Amino acid sequence: MRPFAYVRPADVEAAVHAVATEPGAKFLGGGTNLVDLMREGIERPDTVVDVTGLPLDTVDDLPDGGLRIGALVRNSALAADPRVRAHYPMVPQALLAGASPQLRNMATVGGNLLQRTRCPYFYDTASACNKREPGAGCDALGGFNRGHAILGVSESCIAAHPSDMCVALAALDAVVEARSVRGTRRIPIEEFHRLPGDTPQVETALASDELVTAVELPAVPVAARSRYRKVRDRASYAFALVSVAAALEVRDGAVTGVRLALGGVAAKPWRARAAEEALLGGPAGEEAFRRAAEAELASANVRPGNAFKSRLAEATIVATLRELSTEGDAG
Amino acid sequence: MTEIRMKVNGADESLDVEPWASLLDTLRERLGLTGTKKGCDQGACGACTVLADGVRINACLALAVQYDGSEITTIEGVDHPLQEAFIRHDGFQCGYCTPGQICSAIGMLAEHAAGMPSAVGATGLTEDEIRERMSGNLCRCGAYNGILDAIMELR
Repeated sequence: MRPFAYVRPADVEAAVHAVATEPGAKFLGGGTNLVDLMREGIERPDTVVDVTGLPLDTVDDLPDGGLRIGALVRNSALAADPRVRAHYPMVPQALLAGASPQLRNMATVGGNLLQRTRCPYFYDTASACNKREPGAGCDALGGFNRGHAILGVSESCIAAHPSDMCVALAALDAVVEARSVRGTRRIPIEEFHRLPGDTPQVETALASDELVTAVELPAVPVAARSRYRKVRDRASYAFALVSVAAALEVRDGAVTGVRLALGGVAAKPWRARAAEEALLGGPAGEEAFRRAAEAELASANVRPGNAFKSRLAEATIVATLRELSTEGDAG
Repeated sequence: MTEIRMKVNGADESLDVEPWASLLDTLRERLGLTGTKKGCDQGACGACTVLADGVRINACLALAVQYDGSEITTIEGVDHPLQEAFIRHDGFQCGYCTPGQICSAIGMLAEHAAGMPSAVGATGLTEDEIRERMSGNLCRCGAYNGILDAIMELR
């Protein structure tokens, strides 16, 4: 691994100052992605600012009924939190569908937000990758692209965002809190991750000197009935081909509340607004679910290796909504 | 170099480490504890699983400096009935993944006892539960059935 200076700041203030004065510095959380990327020579920080000792590891109630999740809460701890399990079941389901127990014990919420694509061409420094080296080209376009994105893609990049947790956060309108020497700002999750366009190296709205300090979940009553469904090549410990985070409320046969987001299909967790719009106020049923799914996937831009994802995403949306609409009474 | 102190298998250790040294390399190359194995070195196989303050982690993705002040248990420090159970049930063939499997299983049993949920969500440690909770440890010899039987005996 390329050598770097290591600092362990005593508080958040010191952490953001350490990065503000060192352009080549990066924050280190659980390390499950950054250490791997540094070992591969893809991330090459001069200074690593270890934030794991900072007091950002609690889940606190918000006055409006939501939750404030510290950026350093470990994935396993968040999945076990009784408030998250009761009010946002799609969140622990997404977390528990991701990685392995060992990795979840290490990985933080902030790091999960900032994890980078597992596109094999991004990881292989001998391959062309516009994300790793802007202007170099993209070997995934005509290569092995079974795991790649089909929505919001560009000719520069078809990499998919790997997170499960973030898909649930997108469905819930989570807000990311970021801190820098300039102060604190709040970034809606849909604006946090970026589509590639012609700058696939820009993955988030975060400036290089900003530290994610928390994620806020607003009160979302409909999310008490929610599911995260993940489809992958093996039963566990694999990234999603397609995943769906969904919440559904049905009254008198009509959809009165819906949240829907997709994973594995875009460079960001994909909030399925077209499908939500198609469903809201209409009848709850197989035909409506299918039409909504088709509306969302209408803009899919597939390659030979990932053409199956369009149909798979539609089927997974329908199956998840069916499951939510047929179990127990609404409300 | 950064000075760190860890308690490893009950012994106090004080080491000067390079900040980029993984916990795995530090255990193996600095402390001579080669029981913990390097499989993929990228968090995809679980062969490097150790217990840090009782919690199972992948030592290959851990920087040693991040575990300053921690108590680390490797297979050399384990004295647990699971070890005999793995032998009784043929829970291994080549043995390379075994130290990680055993450390992981010890961590898994503690997680389950503490109420940590899993994607399976069964009541009690069923076979499905154990398979899911042990899915972070690959065995390329395919000794999964023996591993499962050994853990079932101890659950």
